[in-house]
Amino acid sequence: MTQVSMTVNGKPVSGEVEGRTLLADYLREDLRLTGTHIGCDTSQCGACVVHVNGKAVKACTMFAAEAEGAEVTTIEGMANPDGSLNTIQQAFQDHHGLQCGFCTPGMVMSAAALLEENPKPTEAEIRDYLEGNICRCTGYHNIVKAIMAASGQDVSAIAAE
Amino acid sequence: MYAFDIERPTRIADAVKLLSDSSESQPLGGGQTLIPTLKQRLAMPERLVSLTAIPEMQGVCKSDAGELCIGGATTHATVAAEAGDYPALAALAANIGDPAVRNRGTIGGSLANNDPSACYPAAALGSGATIITNAREIAADDYFQGMFTTALDEGEIITEVRFPVPEAANYQKFDQPASRFALTGVFVARFADGVRVAITGASEEGVFRWSEAEEALSKDFSADAIAGLSLSGDGMISDLHGSGDYRAHLAKVLTGRAVSAAG
Repeated sequence: MTQVSMTVNGKPVSGEVEGRTLLADYLREDLRLTGTHIGCDTSQCGACVVHVNGKAVKACTMFAAEAEGAEVTTIEGMANPDGSLNTIQQAFQDHHGLQCGFCTPGMVMSAAALLEENPKPTEAEIRDYLEGNICRCTGYHNIVKAIMAASGQDVSAIAAE
Repeated sequence: MYAFDIERPTRIADAVKLLSDSSESQPLGGGQTLIPTLKQRLAMPERLVSLTAIPEMQGVCKSDAGELCIGGATTHATVAAEAGDYPALAALAANIGDPAVRNRGTIGGSLANNDPSACYPAAALGSGATIITNAREIAADDYFQGMFTTALDEGEIITEVRFPVPEAANYQKFDQPASRFALTGVFVARFADGVRVAITGASEEGVFRWSEAEEALSKDFSADAIAGLSLSGDGMISDLHGSGDYRAHLAKVLTGRAVSAAG
């Protein structure tokens, strides 16, 4: 077993993990932060995207021990301090950017990473950035629209579908 | 996954020692290939030695000779952002996998794995890069030895990759959209003393140089120069995504596009 300490959503946490414990499993099973979803477990689908030191990573394809000392942000850390939805989350709701919601934590985390790097992305840049996030319900259209809206851009020209 | 210990040394010397202690130790780069492999129980190391906490293996810089030096544990995202002195290389790194994969995957990990469809082997071979390990320097021409096979010895790790910067270069990747690897990819680089063309995703032997195209392009750096050439589909990868003949044809088309784009 390995001792790990990290900061998750601003709070210091520590625990014992096996070498093979994935960051996604540590978050879900040990910390009970089950908002990080495991869709495929083969690093294809992106439902498990979290931020490690500000960078979007797939938590199913990183060991917990590798996050030693890191600042980790999960979907549970995204809401405003008063518990209301943050801008990106609210935009997903407003623009029907989710249906079953399974991929949504990863979509929101990827969207947040994108807007951090590129505050006013084009539609093409959003679609390109979401290459590693798979949604089986919405066809992406409203997810892209929600992210455009969250970046403060006019989405009236994007047809509602 | 089978159980294993994981170590995170902070110095190259410590990593090398941990890897030589036991033959069941395996280096871990960004893990974007190795972790899925472990999940499928296709590997059974007793100990993984993570190379991502070693500062001396991180980052991009320029040597006195003008070469671009990239630490072995530098992520694709960092190369994309910081290899501006070699735009074709930065563009290649910016199009590997997806953003989350690029934030973990490393250049050393990609080259050590030598997946026959990976992008970096094409850049390293196409640029005539030097692979620097804890023990020696290996020319790219000697380094790639077949599918998933390299000149690396057991326990030897890539600490740095040194790229000469060509006058003009371009990488054309034909995406395999499910895996996000190259169905076929071509890296073309024009140096003062000649042109190099490296093709990935096509041959069953992994990345290779297309010498006839190099010769033609060294005389006339234009897509027309290779119009009369063709690659054989024999020995090319054939799978449900494309036959060997298809990949051979694609390699020629992409070579032409790379030459046109490099200008």
